[in-house]
Amino acid sequence: MTAPAAVPPGTARPRGTTAPRRPARRRRLPFSAWHLLLAPLSVGFALPLVWLVLSSVMTNAEINRFPPALWPSGIDLGGYDYVLGNAMFPRWFANSSVVAVTAVFSNLLLGSLGGYAFARMRFAGSRLLLGLMLATMVIPFQLTMIPTFLVMKRLGLIDTLGALIVPSLVTPFAVFLFRQFFLALPRELEEAAWIDGCSRLRVLYSVVLPLARPALATVAVLTFLTTWNDLTWPLIAINHDTQYTLQLGLTTFQGQHHNRWSAIMAGNVITVLPVLVAFLFAQKTFIQSLTSSGLKG
Amino acid sequence: MEKGRTEKRRTDSEHAEKGRTESTDTGRTEPDRPPRRTTPRRTIPRPLTLSPRHDTPGRRRPGDRHPSGPTPRRPRTLAARTRRENATAWAFISPSVLIILGLSIVPVVWSLLLSFRADDLVTPGRWVGLDNYRALVRDPGFRTAVENTLVYAGLYVPLSLAGGLVLALALNRRIRLIGLYRTLIFVPFVISAAAQGVLFFFILDPQFGVANSLLHHLGVSRQGFLSDPGQALYLLVLISLWSGVGFCVVVYLAALQDVPQELIESARLDGANRLRVLWHIKLPSLTPVTVFLLLWELITALQVFDLIYVTTKGGPLGSTTVIVYFVWEQAFQMFTAGYGAAAAYVLAAALLVAGAALRLYRRRRPDATPDGAVR
Repeated sequence: MTAPAAVPPGTARPRGTTAPRRPARRRRLPFSAWHLLLAPLSVGFALPLVWLVLSSVMTNAEINRFPPALWPSGIDLGGYDYVLGNAMFPRWFANSSVVAVTAVFSNLLLGSLGGYAFARMRFAGSRLLLGLMLATMVIPFQLTMIPTFLVMKRLGLIDTLGALIVPSLVTPFAVFLFRQFFLALPRELEEAAWIDGCSRLRVLYSVVLPLARPALATVAVLTFLTTWNDLTWPLIAINHDTQYTLQLGLTTFQGQHHNRWSAIMAGNVITVLPVLVAFLFAQKTFIQSLTSSGLKG
Repeated sequence: MEKGRTEKRRTDSEHAEKGRTESTDTGRTEPDRPPRRTTPRRTIPRPLTLSPRHDTPGRRRPGDRHPSGPTPRRPRTLAARTRRENATAWAFISPSVLIILGLSIVPVVWSLLLSFRADDLVTPGRWVGLDNYRALVRDPGFRTAVENTLVYAGLYVPLSLAGGLVLALALNRRIRLIGLYRTLIFVPFVISAAAQGVLFFFILDPQFGVANSLLHHLGVSRQGFLSDPGQALYLLVLISLWSGVGFCVVVYLAALQDVPQELIESARLDGANRLRVLWHIKLPSLTPVTVFLLLWELITALQVFDLIYVTTKGGPLGSTTVIVYFVWEQAFQMFTAGYGAAAAYVLAAALLVAGAALRLYRRRRPDATPDGAVR
């Protein structure tokens, strides 16, 4: 992409992170050489996605010949038309949105309540409960998926969006992240309000939460990512196609319309787009939430 | 062992010297780490860990049941306030506790009971004791699933760690377009396994796929890709690497920012070259992160399902049936839920052993913190 000569000497000093200080005349060559490694690599990483977008605007004739075209002759929106007009995609999109948005808000609400209680209040059994909740984080989903199905069946939620919403209402991760964040906040900030007679709830919502934006963002981002992208649980809990989520719909759509590749790819673009847009707009928060959850998880 | 005990004794006596500022009401048994005076006091506590110092020690909290300080501020109302505080706390946590424990503890027990039963999820099952486990041992399908899972994890985990490390080292510098490079390498991580599966199923389609088209241009004959039992599992590893490496890169990048700059500079002054700095300073300081990533990616790899469901459905000829796929198939396709639950328990046991082994390893390493925080 960028030829070594395109980088003027001295503009991009390898300072900061790990780059060592070197004499100016020796600096140019080694650091521009990284472009030779990084440019093809990152292009390689991007290629499948480029192909996703390209094939979604190809005509079926272009895709269905061998070898397939590498570049569309023009922008053909037939695939998008098919997906948005004919199939259930808008419905699935709405289902996914309902599930993901509900999960995000309830995780913020219930997670912050629980996290605040664990961080700032001492009550009988708090230690035991905290330990139990921590322990549930290591239970693999596969172990619980069959009985969770049975629980949901008893509750009469199978084949409704409720079966998708209830298990994702609050995660131990959200509770713990909030707890850890609240522990790090200086207690003095709350004590004034608390002594003035504010209720705990009031203290939480008017003093603590406004300070907890990073925690809120982290929980929101990760909850959205996991609920929007989940396939396993909807696959188990949902049978009827009006209740499908976008992920589930996409996979069955692929099975039923295996020759309409441009439509399938258009559907795929629609499935990927919300997460991708969210990521590109809030890249920094995204990365921070992943590293904070990952590093400290 | 011996060393740990002496350390503990030392810290205990130090606490005694400090005039018992450390509150002892927690009754903790974990040995304290020796205090390190040289490192600055961390301002953010390590999250997601059960720190023995549940709160700032020695400080009185409103509503504390056993205030460790002097007499409470308003002794008369303390009992009433404690009761109210208790009720408030329970009101705050009960929704989370109900949902989280209800949907994890109950199913774990239920799953164990199921694994001793012949159950099809519809009609009442019957108790069969350990028969499901005995059958698992003899089941060639399960053995294939275990083998496939091990091959998959054995390839994916080391490759994602090594790839992540190399990429992070390459991306950890300030050059032009570095933000773009990082973004492009990371973006596949946020794409769902289902969408990845659909995309790669298309790319690798033997007839219409662009992969064969490219190979055709290069003069290589047409490949079966995911329909070839000899290739499918390896291709799935590649697809997972495409999306999964980004996470390792991000974590390694964050850790590289924390490598003490003074160490690197002083090593440089002593005449160490890039390679020696990498080998003697950067890599050792990345060890805790590596252990964490190893555990994380191992768990991810052992639980792979979505991608396989979308692309190969365990085929061709069972060459990509992994344990989770086996569990799902038994429970929701063959309606032998008890058998599936037994297989899930085997998987959980494997995960537990892997986790415990890594924990032991970290305990024994002096440079790794025992509580999972990597920094």
